[in-house]
Amino acid sequence: MQQFYKTLVDALRDLAPIVGVVLFFQLIVLQQPFPEPMKIAGGMIAVVIGLALFIQGLELSLFPLGENMAGALVRKGSVPWLIIFSFALGFGTTVAEPALIAVSQEAARITASAGMIEATDDAQSSYAFGLRMTVAISVGVAIIVGVLRIIKGWPLQYIIIGGYLMIVVLTQFAPESIIGVAYDSGGVTTSTITVPLVTALGIGLSTVIKGRNPMIDGFGLIALASLFPIGFVLMYGIII
Amino acid sequence: MEELIEKIVMTFLTTVRDVAPIGVLLIFFQTFVLKTPVPNLKKVIVGFIYVISGLALFLIGLEQALFPLGDLMAKQLTDPAFITGGRGTEGQFIEWWQYYWVYIFAAAIGFSTTVAEPSLIAVSIKANETSGGALKPWGLRIAVAVGVAVSIALGAFRIVTGTSLAYYMMAGYLIVIVQTIFAPKMIVPLAYDSGGVTTSTVTVPLVTALGLGLASTVPGRSPLVDGFGLIALASLFPMITVMGYAQISQYIQSRKERIAL
Repeated sequence: MQQFYKTLVDALRDLAPIVGVVLFFQLIVLQQPFPEPMKIAGGMIAVVIGLALFIQGLELSLFPLGENMAGALVRKGSVPWLIIFSFALGFGTTVAEPALIAVSQEAARITASAGMIEATDDAQSSYAFGLRMTVAISVGVAIIVGVLRIIKGWPLQYIIIGGYLMIVVLTQFAPESIIGVAYDSGGVTTSTITVPLVTALGIGLSTVIKGRNPMIDGFGLIALASLFPIGFVLMYGIII
Repeated sequence: MEELIEKIVMTFLTTVRDVAPIGVLLIFFQTFVLKTPVPNLKKVIVGFIYVISGLALFLIGLEQALFPLGDLMAKQLTDPAFITGGRGTEGQFIEWWQYYWVYIFAAAIGFSTTVAEPSLIAVSIKANETSGGALKPWGLRIAVAVGVAVSIALGAFRIVTGTSLAYYMMAGYLIVIVQTIFAPKMIVPLAYDSGGVTTSTVTVPLVTALGLGLASTVPGRSPLVDGFGLIALASLFPMITVMGYAQISQYIQSRKERIAL
């Protein structure tokens, strides 16, 4: 209970800047009254309690689970299972992401209005589905690459910088309408639940595997998961 | 009231659906591949309940309080009547610097929403543990928040002036590459990760509202083409500020040591 009280105080402190910014702009800069102040106050209380509960729950579930899975999979000593797990984790957490579904439908509409695909519902929904699968597969592949990197000890910066260079090149060839969507898709894949689990997995792996430093090798999975979808979606745009 | 209850139920269901694939995957691996029970199963289940209900509450609160307000403020701040102080005549050209409140708002909202971003809090807790307490969670979060603040203000400037996103991205990547060579090796992967975590639950909706507001009121911009790009910049600049933070701390540390000698 005392632990929760402390988390609650932390959450209040975390949200104080937002409240300050909103108050300052609404009252001093715009000089407007607050619409529905009770609703806003109630909402902010829900945000504070929600954030405190979430952080509390992280330490109990997602963090230990991620690290425990990493340890157990390494002890089993089977690289294929580790790779299957990595892919499933990346693919599974991305494919049903509501933000991704919204973005891919929007993309299908833009592409159809640009005349790249037929403006029928069938053509649009198959385009949107293809896009969703592309992003989900790319996140799965990104986690595989990231896990292999931890096992082998490859330096992260070459993969990331190489990836950026490839994106720069692909951007030149991709159709105009897909570029915005591609850059956005990197952002939608890293949801609030995936980030803690994937981070714990990476740190768990680099702690268990001999010769790896958690600080140098443990981080980087999120970076890859935000990088790969951009390249994959640009390629999808070029091929279709 | 009925509408609110429906919203709460819907948000809970969405959050459960977000967690479901992870749950299924973990159960499958524990039972069929690893064939071991989950340690502290009861604690883990309680933790999951906390995570789901916490996230749902958080999202409901944001939707009730913050998003409508942020949306409204973005619209008011980008309104040409506000920018010219009500004196502007129709069709008058607005200089880029007259949008100064927009830039200040962009930076302030970018900073404050990033500080409250749950996934960034999660990563900073882990970074603190992993570095044996050397990396203070607040230091990391403030470095990332400064990066997001700069990038959102710069993104707003880009929409107002209509310059190409590609130039900003290329310049940013170039700085990242140079910093990667000189920054302490320990910080590089964490810095790369902090680019990805910023664009999450709180920041994206508010920043998108600002981008769309600007792109639809500035003459000659289209929301479709110019509205995006804020997110892309917001995932780039935190890498620069986090590596910069490490470089500055290292510099101060080495100066102190030199003075001590």
